[in-house]
Amino acid sequence: MDLVQMQKSLQDYTKSLFLEGILDSQFLQLQQLQDESNPDFVSQVVTLFFQDSDRILNDLSLSLDQQVVDFKKVDPHVHQLKGSSSSIGAQRVKNACVVFRSFCEQQNVEACHRCLQQVKQEYYLVKNRLETLFKLEQQIVASGGMIPAVELGF
Amino acid sequence: MNSSGGSCSSLMDVVTYDPHHHGHDEELHVLAVDDNLIDRKLVERLLKISSCKVTTAENAIRALEYLGLGDQNQHIDALTCNVMKVNLIITDYCMPGMTGFELLKKVKESSNLRELPVVIMSSENIPTRINKCLASGAQMFMQKPLKLSDVEKLKCHLMNCRS
Repeated sequence: MDLVQMQKSLQDYTKSLFLEGILDSQFLQLQQLQDESNPDFVSQVVTLFFQDSDRILNDLSLSLDQQVVDFKKVDPHVHQLKGSSSSIGAQRVKNACVVFRSFCEQQNVEACHRCLQQVKQEYYLVKNRLETLFKLEQQIVASGGMIPAVELGF
Repeated sequence: MNSSGGSCSSLMDVVTYDPHHHGHDEELHVLAVDDNLIDRKLVERLLKISSCKVTTAENAIRALEYLGLGDQNQHIDALTCNVMKVNLIITDYCMPGMTGFELLKKVKESSNLRELPVVIMSSENIPTRINKCLASGAQMFMQKPLKLSDVEKLKCHLMNCRS
């Protein structure tokens, strides 16, 4: 594949993530913060997000598996995950967290278990997509090309 | 604690707010407080790209210590102090332990820091919360997640206040 084709693939791929609602405009904000002085800003922040989220999801699984669920422990974790997913533009993860929090408020253990599964699903999805996106970017850079700016016509 | 440009010997740093400070290149030194690591990275980058010097704190207690309002600062050795001039505090509202609102009140209660502008950020758009912060002396309330345009607005607002 030549460089132009790779760049087109990347643009199409990125657009699809927005169209599917996996990413929202906040991700574009992150990209705007990347420049020659900080060429890896997006991947750095996203990597932090993955590390932080892996930890939170693990803690949430443990907390919800207790005989007596302590919602005072569960809710802050979900709040944290909601915040960080929102900050990087992981829209579906954020939305799943919003639903999760409402069930935490109701102290509905069963619903919270379902919510956790939903959050995990959305998280693994965005993680997978972003990892693919970064790989596409790396291929372009390795071929001596520039990452094209995302142009969203919609 | 993390500070850009210049060393930070953490608890021994003393901050004074100087309303007549013109700074090198009018550069704003912002203390950003947020318990969320990703949000700290984001706000730090947003501020740096807007030509601010940034120090981050992961909670309100650390922020107060940096500002010289912590308990430990009773025994400061003046010769080893690093005098830092913070021009603005930007803090998350929801933080474990001391909230951003409580931090705001502590700053406004302090005789030497009360003029320091404090901006509160929150992911939740709750009018009573916003009004409470503004009524307690917050300069501005900003909705998270922060965007570049928010920081630009903030700088304009602050520059207008200073001149």
